[in-house]
Amino acid sequence: MSATSLLAIVLILSLIGYLWGRASAASLKSTGQGMHSIPAYHGYFIALSCGIPAFLLVLVWLAAQSTVIDTLLIAGLPAHITDGVETSRMSLILSEIKSIAGGRIFGTPDPALIAAAERYNALRGTASLAMVVAALAVAIAAMSFARSRVSPEFRARNRVDGILRWILIVCSILAILTTLGIILSLVIESMAFFSRVSVFDFLFGMEWSPQIAMRADQVGSSGAFGAVPVFWGTIFISAIAMFVALPVGLFSAIYLVEYADKRVRSFVKPLLEILAGIPTIVYGFFAILTVAPFIRDLGTSMGLSVASNSALAAGGVMGIMLIPFISSFADDAISAVPQSMRDGAYALGATKAETVRQVLLPAALPGIVGGVLLAVSRAIGETMIVVMAAGLMAKLTANPLEGVTTVTVQIVTLLIGDTEFDSPKTLAAFGLGLVLFITTLALNIVALQVVKRYRERYE
Amino acid sequence: MSDTTQQPARKERNAWFEADARLKRRHLADKRLRAYGIAAIVFALGMLATLVGTILVTAAPAVTQTMVTFEVEVPEGSVDPANPSGGSYQTMLNASIARIFPDVDTPRELRELRQLFSNGGQYQLRDKILANPSLIGGTVSITFPLSDIGDQLHKGVIDRNLPPDFRRVNDAQIAWYDVLVERGQISTPLNWGLILNADSRFPELAGLRGALVGSFYALLVCFLVSFPVGIAAAVYLEEFAPKNRLTDLIEVNINNLAAVPSIVFGLLGLAVFLNFFGMPRSAPIVGGLVLSLMTLPTIIIATRAALKAVPPSIREAAIGVGASKMQTVGHHVLPLAMPGILTGTIIGLAQALGETAPLLLIGMNAFITAAPDSMFNPSTALPTQIYIWADSPERGFTSRTSAAIIVLLGFLVCMNAIAIYMRKRFERRW
Amino acid sequence: MASFETTMEAGTAMNETVKDAAASAAAVMPVGHETKISATKVSVFYGEKQALFDVSIDIPARQVMAFIGPSGCGKSTFLRCINRMNDTIDICRVTGTIAIDGADIYDPKIDPVLLRARVGMVFQKPNPFPKSIYDNIAYGPRIHGVAKAGSQMDEIVETSLRRAGLWNEVKDRLREPGTGLSGGQQQRLCIARAIAVNPDVILMDEPCSALDPIATAKVEELIDELRERYTIVIVTHSMQQAARVSQKAAFFHLGNLIEVDETERMFTNPRDQRTQDYITGRFG
Repeated sequence: MSATSLLAIVLILSLIGYLWGRASAASLKSTGQGMHSIPAYHGYFIALSCGIPAFLLVLVWLAAQSTVIDTLLIAGLPAHITDGVETSRMSLILSEIKSIAGGRIFGTPDPALIAAAERYNALRGTASLAMVVAALAVAIAAMSFARSRVSPEFRARNRVDGILRWILIVCSILAILTTLGIILSLVIESMAFFSRVSVFDFLFGMEWSPQIAMRADQVGSSGAFGAVPVFWGTIFISAIAMFVALPVGLFSAIYLVEYADKRVRSFVKPLLEILAGIPTIVYGFFAILTVAPFIRDLGTSMGLSVASNSALAAGGVMGIMLIPFISSFADDAISAVPQSMRDGAYALGATKAETVRQVLLPAALPGIVGGVLLAVSRAIGETMIVVMAAGLMAKLTANPLEGVTTVTVQIVTLLIGDTEFDSPKTLAAFGLGLVLFITTLALNIVALQVVKRYRERYE
Repeated sequence: MSDTTQQPARKERNAWFEADARLKRRHLADKRLRAYGIAAIVFALGMLATLVGTILVTAAPAVTQTMVTFEVEVPEGSVDPANPSGGSYQTMLNASIARIFPDVDTPRELRELRQLFSNGGQYQLRDKILANPSLIGGTVSITFPLSDIGDQLHKGVIDRNLPPDFRRVNDAQIAWYDVLVERGQISTPLNWGLILNADSRFPELAGLRGALVGSFYALLVCFLVSFPVGIAAAVYLEEFAPKNRLTDLIEVNINNLAAVPSIVFGLLGLAVFLNFFGMPRSAPIVGGLVLSLMTLPTIIIATRAALKAVPPSIREAAIGVGASKMQTVGHHVLPLAMPGILTGTIIGLAQALGETAPLLLIGMNAFITAAPDSMFNPSTALPTQIYIWADSPERGFTSRTSAAIIVLLGFLVCMNAIAIYMRKRFERRW
Repeated sequence: MASFETTMEAGTAMNETVKDAAASAAAVMPVGHETKISATKVSVFYGEKQALFDVSIDIPARQVMAFIGPSGCGKSTFLRCINRMNDTIDICRVTGTIAIDGADIYDPKIDPVLLRARVGMVFQKPNPFPKSIYDNIAYGPRIHGVAKAGSQMDEIVETSLRRAGLWNEVKDRLREPGTGLSGGQQQRLCIARAIAVNPDVILMDEPCSALDPIATAKVEELIDELRERYTIVIVTHSMQQAARVSQKAAFFHLGNLIEVDETERMFTNPRDQRTQDYITGRFG
């Protein structure tokens, strides 16, 4: 029985529990006893008491099942297979066993593996049967226990409210769990990486070529994990992006808030926001389809040599993506400056430009700075545009016509199509991910603080 | 009043409306700022237009697909009625091609001739026979795509007037193609294959079905997880949570999660869902779970805003007639906030639909030639399919990539339009 | 300078009856001033809606003219016509003529930027810029190129602050933000800011409505001193205030100018029934 249909059965049991509880309470009530709660709440109480434990059991079971089965499987393997085998080799053996169990047999496997595959199938069968039995048993036991509580004095409504409140709390804690999950997974994998490559070499090394040799005798077999060129590429491309986005975003916001009449504003603002709604993969394709060839042709016609994946193309397109980001933050910040500031300036005989430059922008500066910081964080973490349009080679160059690579590009290239989890190459991606996470987190926290404090000032 | 200084003399009274040079400069600066603003907007909108324009123009060739029609003889005995899928359909197809071009006989020429046609023809022939075995012994008419080069020749993407070395079809192939055109065997119907086919190595056969189904499953999972959990979390934080450090922490946390780069969520999915829980790689369920973690903050923030907009008088009224806090929220506040919540959810899902990077990391960029049967099967999604096609060297994939982008943008436009409609329709002023 | 030890007197003045206050204001009223501002048939439209109907009025130089009337009567709207602040509202349209010293300010040749340098304005809520006290004052002279930074500017700042009666309170903290002052100080800072560009006319749009009684008294006293040099037009809700600070008063009702007169005469012997009703508190 699949987990989905099991969950459906648990749901049906809860429904039965609801009807049962409501009916029992209703019959109590019809005898003329004063009930604390209306019958429906007795029904809800039974449904929740029956459904939640069973549901949780199934979830935990599903999460633990594969790990438990793998452990049992390895424990049952004969010594000649398990002896002296590393964990990475072990996972290959496991996947071979699983593919044999699934009927996909390549060559003639070790008979011990075939036996293991049979055992694997048997274990899985037992496990899913056990899960069904356990879940139903829990559901029914909980249901009958809850039913025994139905009585005139029982405060079903308060209990149901209490249970619901706990569900709400658990759901809001999930947000913390996500962050915790991110931090834990990044930190644990990075620790594994830093046990092989020193943190110092990683953060300050000048050479990045993570391609580890497949064979020991391969030329250039040593992987180098000095991430400075990768960091540089990220900063460089982000800087180009901000160079485009900042003036364009700021000036368009100024125009829309202070100069444009209502009609133009109501027409242009949504159009600009479309730029923010376009998925980054589309920008990436636009970069390789249009912008990069255009820049290359332009450069070539001026006698410059332009790489096909120039930093300028990637950064420029990223800048276009960030325009609405900057402009909407600047728009909000400038609009939030009270009208009385404008009145004050105009009444002194200031022109619009003077009002904007000397009164509105200084007053709105914290809000704009917050938005810019968020945009920088966005640029650093942006992936698809650079994966498609930036280079793969880590290069320390300040020439925007050359290709550079970024943290996110490296994470993607290191992880795509590679499931092996223990090579330094794969782990390096998590090291980069950790740096990326910490940087963007710091930027976000600062930016949100700045924006928040700014809002408080005018509220 | 103790005046210590005399202010500089005022300008001549009756000439006060005459602008001096300085004032002209000030007004010029004003005009300049306005011009910068207009230039910035023109630049931004120009880029938007260029982007949409180039995508539309590149996608145009993919709207239709050049097809060729052949009458194929299926001789009695060439197919075993007991096992019709074992027939050698390519041979039969080749025979009917050869009947039209009897003078093509060297192996090289035959190979070049076949390069004009997609290899999907034989499968179509097979499927027709499988569906109707009584056709064996008769003639079957099949219409199937020309190959990538044939398609582009027909659409003029390959310029036949170029010298042979500069185009990917040779003179003989052009001549054969012309014969087919003359015989009326070439047609260009709408390219339904783009939507209905699954992925393929050959551009003329590649379609978005697998990606659409995969994206649908992923969004379904994303919705099923993030919608209830997001509402529950928002309701707790907005209606029940005491003001303490834990709830402060959760708040800061949610705001920051909304700004964590999407690729980090991909790393989380890879390390936790795939590696730790051993969930299937490339499966929409994992993609959906990762996307739901990303969508959660969006939904929570939108829901809290919607809850905040419900005036306290509603809550007081419900509490006043003896409803519990939970009943107040469930019966009154949530239903009133629902339009806002749904709007936020749709916008969150639209973002999730376009998200690519985390799906790449959990392997949803696999090459899979069939649509997934369930959310546990390997699959691609719309944006990852675009990524795969954009990376493919065949020319035909360029227009298909653009077409796929238009499909993606089409979905996004629809979802956002629904969200805007709902916002307008149900907007309530208290 | 006349400092504000008179606060207590002004405070008790608040409690006097309208009549007494009007009488005391009349006692100091100079007579025989030439016309500074002359409006003829001024109408204002917000989109389709007409907010002001054919207002014609002469405002004398170096006196305080008070606009009174119930809220929404158009007195603020008319005030904002005098320095063309209504230009900043897109849908607003003004017809008729307003002349200052004989020059029509709605003439296309007139630059509102210059006009506003001559016609300063003080608003309901104090609105100092989020800059230092010094920069708040220096802002106007700087943009109009009246003075370069340095001792000349320092002088203007000091003079303006002195005239606004604020110098002694802030002279040691000129570099601190203007937003850090108390409400009354902020309003006097805004008056000083308007004075700094050396205007002829100062418009005040309910300048005391956001202030407590003590701060109000100080500002009122300041207004009385300022009329030595400037023509002042003040919009006020409070009839006591009009009586205390103004020499002439204009009563607006539903977008119409009902009557203009010496403040004392209007308060003791209004010609129009509506004025009478308003002054005696029957509506408003």
